[in-house]
Amino acid sequence: MFFARPRTFLLLALVASGVLGFFQNQLDPYYVDVMTRIGINIILAVSLNLINGHTGQFSLGHAGFMSVGAYTAAAMTMFAGPHVLPANASVLLTGLWFLVALMVGGLTAAAAGFLVGLPSLRLKGDYLAIVTLGFGQIIAVIFRNVEPLGGALGLNGIAAYTNLFWVFAIAAITVYVVTAMVNSTYGRGFIATHDDEVAAEAMGISTTRFKTVAFVIGAFFAGIAGGLYGHFTLTISPRGFDFNRSIEIVVMVIVGGMGNTMGVIFAAVLLTLLPEGLRTLAGVSPSLQWIGESRPLLYSILLISLMLLRPQGLFNFRRSARAKI
Amino acid sequence: MSERLLHLENVSIRFGGLTAVSELNLQIGAHELVGLIGPNGAGKTTVFNLITGVYQPTSGQISFDEKPSARLKPFQLTKHGLARTFQNIRLFASMNVFDNVRAATQLHRARGIREALWRGRSFRKGEAATEAHVMELLAIFHLEKFRDEPAKSLPYGDQRRLEIVRALATRPKLLLLDEPAAGMNPTEKAELAKLIRFLRDKFQIAILLVEHDMPLVMQICERIAVLDYGVKIAEGTPTEIRANPRVIAAYLGEELTDA
Repeated sequence: MFFARPRTFLLLALVASGVLGFFQNQLDPYYVDVMTRIGINIILAVSLNLINGHTGQFSLGHAGFMSVGAYTAAAMTMFAGPHVLPANASVLLTGLWFLVALMVGGLTAAAAGFLVGLPSLRLKGDYLAIVTLGFGQIIAVIFRNVEPLGGALGLNGIAAYTNLFWVFAIAAITVYVVTAMVNSTYGRGFIATHDDEVAAEAMGISTTRFKTVAFVIGAFFAGIAGGLYGHFTLTISPRGFDFNRSIEIVVMVIVGGMGNTMGVIFAAVLLTLLPEGLRTLAGVSPSLQWIGESRPLLYSILLISLMLLRPQGLFNFRRSARAKI
Repeated sequence: MSERLLHLENVSIRFGGLTAVSELNLQIGAHELVGLIGPNGAGKTTVFNLITGVYQPTSGQISFDEKPSARLKPFQLTKHGLARTFQNIRLFASMNVFDNVRAATQLHRARGIREALWRGRSFRKGEAATEAHVMELLAIFHLEKFRDEPAKSLPYGDQRRLEIVRALATRPKLLLLDEPAAGMNPTEKAELAKLIRFLRDKFQIAILLVEHDMPLVMQICERIAVLDYGVKIAEGTPTEIRANPRVIAAYLGEELTDA
């Protein structure tokens, strides 16, 4: 459905997010909160899927890229914003400035993606995972020690610019960019790199180039997701972008099925709703209280059984050979 | 004399104390069908890896299309017109037959990220042209009916042919075939021999066949170079090679006396 008319899909999705944003104030704040997190997780999971799924590079650095974008965008609106915007700036103008801040955040994260990508291109599998993991730690340490960015306490009092329109419009753009790029003759280069690097090189495909592009674009959208996240929670600290956050995103990609964008979107929705659902269930009656307490346990059991029963991902229905590896 | 496509000049490579290939001279002209043979461990695969840029020669020159090629990476060599197949089939496992070939048309497409994202008319036209080209190639090898099948689900012989189609999609001037007859039965081998001849005539390319299977090489190659312990011990037409005492001693001895 998407592949036939990708541009129509994008347009419809943008209009839909505009409508959502317009009626946001009529919605229950709790639902807005959950939906926002769903949207941000879609951006993160779909962009990580480009690196981990389509291109087959195992990155654990997505939260790191996210934090780069979050801090940059927050610094733009907090520190530069008051100088750039007039005191009584219109909604349109602040919106525009927010967009600029998000873009700068994304580009900074993309630059970080390029820097991490370059030395990592010689590494494969576990080794690459460790390098990206190290990158995440280094970024966290840097933010913890830069006083102007709040040190370990992080930044507080970020403007509440994020709304459903921004989140879902950008989620739609992320899905469009990744899918449109991969579903072209050009994009077969990512999959070829994933499948067999030696054969890809022998077919004239520069795997270095495709890996770099995947890292840069993946990091770009992670950075934008970070910017949205910061202007949604209104406070960011290095702890919010730790190893666990990266793992959460990796899990979404694996549950959705590596390289399967639709599946990864479903997984992002499901895994954002799951803790909420468990919490609600635990609140129904005192006899169900244990569900709330053993949430991490249930989560782990779910993951283990998934890997045993459906290693190709929960939402991967394609009859593809990839499922067998 | 046809133009010179590949030229190895006094090429040697040493791994530690072992000289795997020593002072090798080899030329391949355009549209030539050359065989490279030798017993196990003679250095055939090493030569293959030298030509394709996997190894750098310790000394000597390799030039492709009159340009030095030893420092080029494999994907750059392919861009210059050198394509290869693999001894142990290396198709793109997660892609279907069509996409396996389409991926290899990469280097001749003018459409990059921008066109893929914009999806304008020129992009759609270009993609349609690529599709037509790929289908045409598949049809030549009677693989078009498998278009949407996962590449790895094809029968063994078809997988080998698909690998050749994929290599052809890069529009090579020289095609290197690494033991294409490995694991084939006599009927399949006979078909392969026909196919290789057909390839050369239809696509007007040069072919270097690195092969174990003696009858196959003797049957189709115009010129044969024989390696033993990293040294070229003979070169000539199949008839000359068959009569060469050094070759017989090194390799063919029993087979020929039996026959």
